Amino acid sequence: MRVPVSWLRDHVALPEGSEAPTTAQIADAFVRAGLEVEAVHQLGPVSGPLVVGRVLEIEELTGFAKPIRYCRVDDGEPAPRGVICGATNFRAGDLVVLARPGTVLPDDVAIAARTAYGRTSEGMICSAAELGLGEDHTGIIVLPADAAVPGDSAVPVLGLDDSVIELAITPDRGYCLSVRGLARELAIAFDAPYGDPGLREVLSTGGLSWPVRIEDEQGCRRFVTRQVSGVDPTLRSPWWMRRRLGLAGMRSISLAVDVTNYVMLELGQPMHAFDAAKLDGELLVRRAIEGEKLTTLDGVCRELDPDDMVICDASGPVSLAAVMGGESTEVGAATTSLLLEAANWDPASVARSARRHKVPSEAARRFERGVDPALPPVAVEFAATLLSRYGGGRIAPGRTDAGTPPGPVPVVMPIELPDRVAGRAYERGATVRRLSQIGCTVQVHGAEGTEGATTVTVVPPSWRPDLVQPADLVEEVLRLEGYDTIPAEFPPVPPGRGLTAAQRRRRAVSRTLAGAGYVEVLPSPFVSATTWDAFGLPDDDPRRHTVTLLNPLESDRDQLATTLLPGLLEALVRNVARGQRDVALYGMAPVVQPHVGAPAMPDVGVLGRPNPAEFAALIGALPGQPLHVGAVLAGQWERLGWWGTGRAVTWADAVQAARAVGHAAGVEFGVCAAQTPPWHPGRCAQLQVEGRPVGHAGELHPAVVTALGLPPRTCAMELDLDALPLTDRRPAPVISPYPPVLQDIAVVVDAAVPVAELTATLRRGAGELLEDVRLFDVYTGEQIGVGKKSLAFALRFRALDRTLTVAEATAARDAAVAAAIQTHGAALRSS
Amino acid sequence: MSGPNNPPKDPSHPKQVAMLAPEALAQAVEDAERAFAEAGDLEELAAVKPAHLGDRSPLLIARREIGALPPHARAEAGKRLNASRTAVQAAFDQRRAALQVQRDSTTLREEAVDVTLPWDRVPAGARHPITTLCERIADVFLAMGYEVAEGPELEAEWFNFDALNFPQDHPARTMQDTFYAAPEGSGMVLRTHTSPVQVRALLERELPVYVVCPGRTFRSDALDATHTPVFHQVEGLAVDHGITMAHLKGTLDALARAMFGETSRTRLRPSFFPFTEPSAEVDVWFPERKGGPGWVEWGGCGMVNPNVLRACGVDTSAYSGFAFGMGIERTLQFRNGIADMRDMVEGDVRFTCAFGTEA
Repeated sequence: MRVPVSWLRDHVALPEGSEAPTTAQIADAFVRAGLEVEAVHQLGPVSGPLVVGRVLEIEELTGFAKPIRYCRVDDGEPAPRGVICGATNFRAGDLVVLARPGTVLPDDVAIAARTAYGRTSEGMICSAAELGLGEDHTGIIVLPADAAVPGDSAVPVLGLDDSVIELAITPDRGYCLSVRGLARELAIAFDAPYGDPGLREVLSTGGLSWPVRIEDEQGCRRFVTRQVSGVDPTLRSPWWMRRRLGLAGMRSISLAVDVTNYVMLELGQPMHAFDAAKLDGELLVRRAIEGEKLTTLDGVCRELDPDDMVICDASGPVSLAAVMGGESTEVGAATTSLLLEAANWDPASVARSARRHKVPSEAARRFERGVDPALPPVAVEFAATLLSRYGGGRIAPGRTDAGTPPGPVPVVMPIELPDRVAGRAYERGATVRRLSQIGCTVQVHGAEGTEGATTVTVVPPSWRPDLVQPADLVEEVLRLEGYDTIPAEFPPVPPGRGLTAAQRRRRAVSRTLAGAGYVEVLPSPFVSATTWDAFGLPDDDPRRHTVTLLNPLESDRDQLATTLLPGLLEALVRNVARGQRDVALYGMAPVVQPHVGAPAMPDVGVLGRPNPAEFAALIGALPGQPLHVGAVLAGQWERLGWWGTGRAVTWADAVQAARAVGHAAGVEFGVCAAQTPPWHPGRCAQLQVEGRPVGHAGELHPAVVTALGLPPRTCAMELDLDALPLTDRRPAPVISPYPPVLQDIAVVVDAAVPVAELTATLRRGAGELLEDVRLFDVYTGEQIGVGKKSLAFALRFRALDRTLTVAEATAARDAAVAAAIQTHGAALRSS
Repeated sequence: MSGPNNPPKDPSHPKQVAMLAPEALAQAVEDAERAFAEAGDLEELAAVKPAHLGDRSPLLIARREIGALPPHARAEAGKRLNASRTAVQAAFDQRRAALQVQRDSTTLREEAVDVTLPWDRVPAGARHPITTLCERIADVFLAMGYEVAEGPELEAEWFNFDALNFPQDHPARTMQDTFYAAPEGSGMVLRTHTSPVQVRALLERELPVYVVCPGRTFRSDALDATHTPVFHQVEGLAVDHGITMAHLKGTLDALARAMFGETSRTRLRPSFFPFTEPSAEVDVWFPERKGGPGWVEWGGCGMVNPNVLRACGVDTSAYSGFAFGMGIERTLQFRNGIADMRDMVEGDVRFTCAFGTEA
């Protein structure tokens, strides 16, 4: 909402002279009242001789591509001045705005005498746009004949000392989408007298102006019409009205349209003017019928929805109520008889229609937020008056006023509720005073001052449909008393329990991966279905079962990620494209994994706590969203440097990243080979907890690397963190103080035997005396035989209660080897 | 175990006794002194030490033989032995001191390296500043006694809108550009704010409730320098007996001080959110603001709307509450002077590495 300060001053008597608030102070008052100021535009600045002139003669210059006029203008000097002008919307005798040479217009446009079209132009005749008074470039400004005399400064005449404040209005303050509402807020802020233009007296007039029938009283609460005939369609809106509309950001169209817009801006009541001659019979206000169509003012033929409210005459719908009028009854260049309409519509219904037809009109914006139902008669009278005054029209007798809008509902609250909510004591009488200022009728019950017994019954004004509960009234008192008068205190917070085990684990995992050399990124949750093809996922892979967005930002990325890898790999590719070669990234985020055959979302009310079944149904209808952690890496893990050569990333680094996560989480993973896309079928480890898979790690499939444009041998890891058991208290080991016995063994097994299994066998065979077993060499070669490998292990034996003898350790070692021989067909390799 | 009253079992072994002869002891001392003198550095000295001062050194063996002497000879032999031992120990200490001096003056100098050589063999990792800022804000509230609450990102509209007093067809629902899950009418959205966690916390926890919720949120704004469709918020909620707007103000001030220093504070401006009434925008006084200290828009807050409390089954005659929410990206942007929001979402390691593994 853009509003010139001068317009506000029409209705609120702000202090004048040296006491007058600056524009900045006015803007600040709006902010303190809860209206967000988006911008303040000071008009001008204009310096130098900008004066009022009278056009004496017009000479049409011919032979140019566009019409050019050479005018002789009386600007109060003894001799008339010659000025070139490209506009044609004026006649000899008109008062215009003349910038003499030396004038500097807004945007530092300096005016000087110049020669053009074979004449000397001693200045410029100005348009509104050139003076920063709106966007209207269509012609120069023609001032009313009595506005001033030639030679007068044009600055006060044009109101160039004015400023425009641009406000963002929150959805609860529909009344502030009007000069009326904003002026009221200013009046309260400056404690200045206020004349409410919405409470102008409406004189009674006999009879109806037009037959009207409201069929759907839920959708239309009030419908008022007034007819003005004999309007001269050639007359333009007066300069002051065009100036104000321009400053408010609206274009001047025609007197009839300008008047309805002006009334809407001033009062907040959207209006519509029909060409009365084009209306056929009684107006019927109803819901549209399936299949009905209406061509609206913008020339679009719209298919109407049975939920749309429409205004019909005998021919059918002639207006999409509260959203946009119809073309067939549009006011045109020949219109002389106007039927003015001001109505009150159901906000929700308007909101649906505006969204359905994608027409966010000024009218719909106001109706969605609630319009004062008392305004329609005031608005039609005001509009009719303007039309008769500036269009020469005659107001026809009679005013139709159909419908019965609901009255305001009183709200009862304890008088000191504002004090209780704010946490401070307000001056006595503050509640009543502040609520009265905003237009409420306040009745106090019980003796004021007697503790806890006093309540107020508050009848909100008709323009405040947002005031329905005590909290709404409390906000009014608090904001008008000033939020800056609320003290700062600290609530009595009971002792908390700190982070949960899962929350601590999340932090530990994040720190571990960062400490291990991985850089955290925030992977995008939006994925394209083509990614799953690039990943080589089979058709029935659960990762293809995604939630799709109805309105994605990028139409080809409409799926919610079921795995973090697409987002992580995208970040990897971006880094590589930007010149990084060695990249190790990690990310932690939930993924969305819909259940097959999930139940539908239940319909649950909000008037009370949902019952356990409803709550369970709400939760149960949502997909699973486990927290995942993933890592991707490419290039060198250990870099080449002065210490020697580098080492490229391998599948083992990815598995180690998973193990590091397990270590941070207090879980030791079981590991087995897996063939899971997008990983390399021979280099993919499945990580398990108690036999359950919880993730994968390894090198990516070369086809995936190619498809996604990844560096060769890119590796990746992903784990479902939520699938790991929480280890809140890890048991402490018993630490033996006795010396260890160290023994090494080498065994030869089939190359296919997994080290993890062999290690487990050695542990089992060696028994309790084995403290640690560590693989330190893997050897394959001729000496061993084809299809075999030699594995060398360092075994550390120790007893809890005594110094272990070599003989005991050797016996345990032999038992370990025997188990390996028995279970895996291993052979002890003599050393 | 050995002693005058408890003679060794084989007291007269001639070879053993010979070790205590003055000549033998003198030889042992001489051998030791020579060996120590020949040791070229501390490692060599340490290597020869056991042969002369260790368990199997001649002097130690001799000591064990004292018991084999006739009682009258023991005192004399003991004196000789001690003198020899002292001499050997002194020779050792002397040589060690000398070698230490030598090492300190020569060897260590020769071993000097260029300590400015880089050791970026495995590059350092880093945590994203959004993560650490979320944790830091959570920690401020944990220290106050709050707990960290959570909720899903793909959320039921009931939690994201209905229970938060966003009526169907109210313009407030269109204030936020919402991602809707298919199919039409699924009743699921990507949460547009962390506020649905307020509702979950009130439904899942016992009163009083003091929770903070950092989390990822979504709005269908295209990515540019000041908008990102995926961003983070931190939400706070306190519901207890007699919670006031003064409590809200004090809590926000405490957070501001914790985040921006002791001179920071907050300012409330009236505003509108469906789930709070009264509602306010929060500005924070940021002493290190570009262009000088000043107010920066920080977030929204207010007293929990009684309609929200009712939808959660909270007795509004006994309880009241406050709630607030801030954008993490926005906070990071002005706190750390990040001109372009895309830097926070693109995952360029050059951006994140600058923040290290700060907690």
